[in-house]
Amino acid sequence: MTRLLDAQGLEIAGRLAATDLAIIGPQLVCLVGPNGSGKTSLLHALAGIGSASGTVRIGGADARTASPSVRHRLFSYLPANRELLWPLTVRDVARLGLAALENEIDAALETFELTGWADRRVDRLSTGERSRVLLARAFAARSALLLLDEPIANLDPLWQLRLMDILRRSVSAGGQGAIVALHDLDLAARHADRLIIMKNGRIAADGDPAEVIAGPCIPAVFGIQRTREGWRPA
Amino acid sequence: MTARMTLLLATLAGVLFLLSLLTPWSSIAALMAEDRGLAIAVLQELRLPRALLALIYGAMLGAAGAAIQALFANPLASPDLTGTTSGAALGAVVTAYLIGLASPLALSIGAILGALAALLLLLVLAGSRAETATLLLSGLAISALAGALTTLALALAPSPFAFYDAYDWLMGSLVDRSLAQAAFAGAPALVAMLLLLRLRAPLDLLTLGEDVAESLGHDLRRLRVEIVALTAIGVGACVAICGAIGFVGLVAPIFARRLSRGHPGQAILPAALLGGTLLLAADLVTRAAPLGRVLPIGVVTALLGAPFFLWLVAHMRWSLGR
Repeated sequence: MTRLLDAQGLEIAGRLAATDLAIIGPQLVCLVGPNGSGKTSLLHALAGIGSASGTVRIGGADARTASPSVRHRLFSYLPANRELLWPLTVRDVARLGLAALENEIDAALETFELTGWADRRVDRLSTGERSRVLLARAFAARSALLLLDEPIANLDPLWQLRLMDILRRSVSAGGQGAIVALHDLDLAARHADRLIIMKNGRIAADGDPAEVIAGPCIPAVFGIQRTREGWRPA
Repeated sequence: MTARMTLLLATLAGVLFLLSLLTPWSSIAALMAEDRGLAIAVLQELRLPRALLALIYGAMLGAAGAAIQALFANPLASPDLTGTTSGAALGAVVTAYLIGLASPLALSIGAILGALAALLLLLVLAGSRAETATLLLSGLAISALAGALTTLALALAPSPFAFYDAYDWLMGSLVDRSLAQAAFAGAPALVAMLLLLRLRAPLDLLTLGEDVAESLGHDLRRLRVEIVALTAIGVGACVAICGAIGFVGLVAPIFARRLSRGHPGQAILPAALLGGTLLLAADLVTRAAPLGRVLPIGVVTALLGAPFFLWLVAHMRWSLGR
């Protein structure tokens, strides 16, 4: 059976040690780890950004050699940096590189409650609102795999929960795979099908979220432990 | 930009091109009455190269300005403010007065190498995502250095008339160029513009940041090299024939982005059309000015462009609330 993602030998000198990662079918994978642990580097290596070595196959297709017109069907990448460099409208940002997908763009703008703002300039939006525009673009591509770097950063609590629900739905109903870097361990544990913990550019733990959270890895990696009152320094 | 808007801009450029050929009409009409052959020769040998150079040089400055602004993600980047045109002028002066090669081909190669050196120096000094202050300071430093070296090259030139010879050209001039010279500037500029137009899509995607553009399979290093090389070739070839002309490469892309709904890559075509239109209009102003003599076109674009630049800086400052 063709795997949704089959990545082998991903490596970025000084940032990511040789890493293999596979996703069999539609799955919401959350990626957690301390600052500088390699979450963004792993997403970069998967998205072909910078000088990463290794192979990445998505739905059997080689993502490294695919042309720009094919790549958006394989994966969508949301960077942690939400800066938009030119004052385009919300709809025009969502359409960048996806001009043929008008219906999907309309649906994504609707999902992120941006339809009424479609003609607003993005430089007049808040950072959180800009995040929703970029998320709408990432979802509009209907890619096989979503690679989202801290998508809930800058979102208000309601939209953090909504985004996790939207992700849950597109994995369960839409058959997409998603690898999502997060800092919120509880949110990750509650919504993920699978939890990966990164440390020093390596995967330190990978498995069922409840088991990983309860295991010895969290105190060892983060220096925190779960108590009745919540997470406390170990 | 819609097809209708493109057609409108192209028509405007076309009308100004015809006006440029026929202005002043009285002298052509008088010649037509006396000696038809001479009138046609004046049109072909004097006015056609001048109008062609205005159209193509202006279009090249507009297209290069739009591409450089998109690449540096900065609306104040332009061939003149980045020191590209000054570098090209230095290259041409060194070739002509120190090396002693004055053929259009040698001048073009000298100017292209000068422009290339200036752009590469800018990339080293300011980086590819330059803050406005860093970009402008680097451009200013490169322009000042190139200007000083140009003066030095003219001072050291074996010919005692070097300054006098070069004055008109240094101020930017389209007058008394032959069709062959127009071809030397126009052919590389036309090719460079067409190749720059191919880069619209990746330049638009850069709006989302370098990482997203790269994740979609665009080779950013290659994109940078292509834009720097094409700008140097196109602008360098024009500077070699007509000298350095300022502000068109700054102003045209800024208005062009209003027509491309802010898209920096799609602004290249309207910026080229607007640039050509602006330089044709400026050239008509040089002839219409009631001063009894023809003004250098570079002076006219600077007189019109500098206040716009000042307004732009003030506007940016106000909009940033500082």
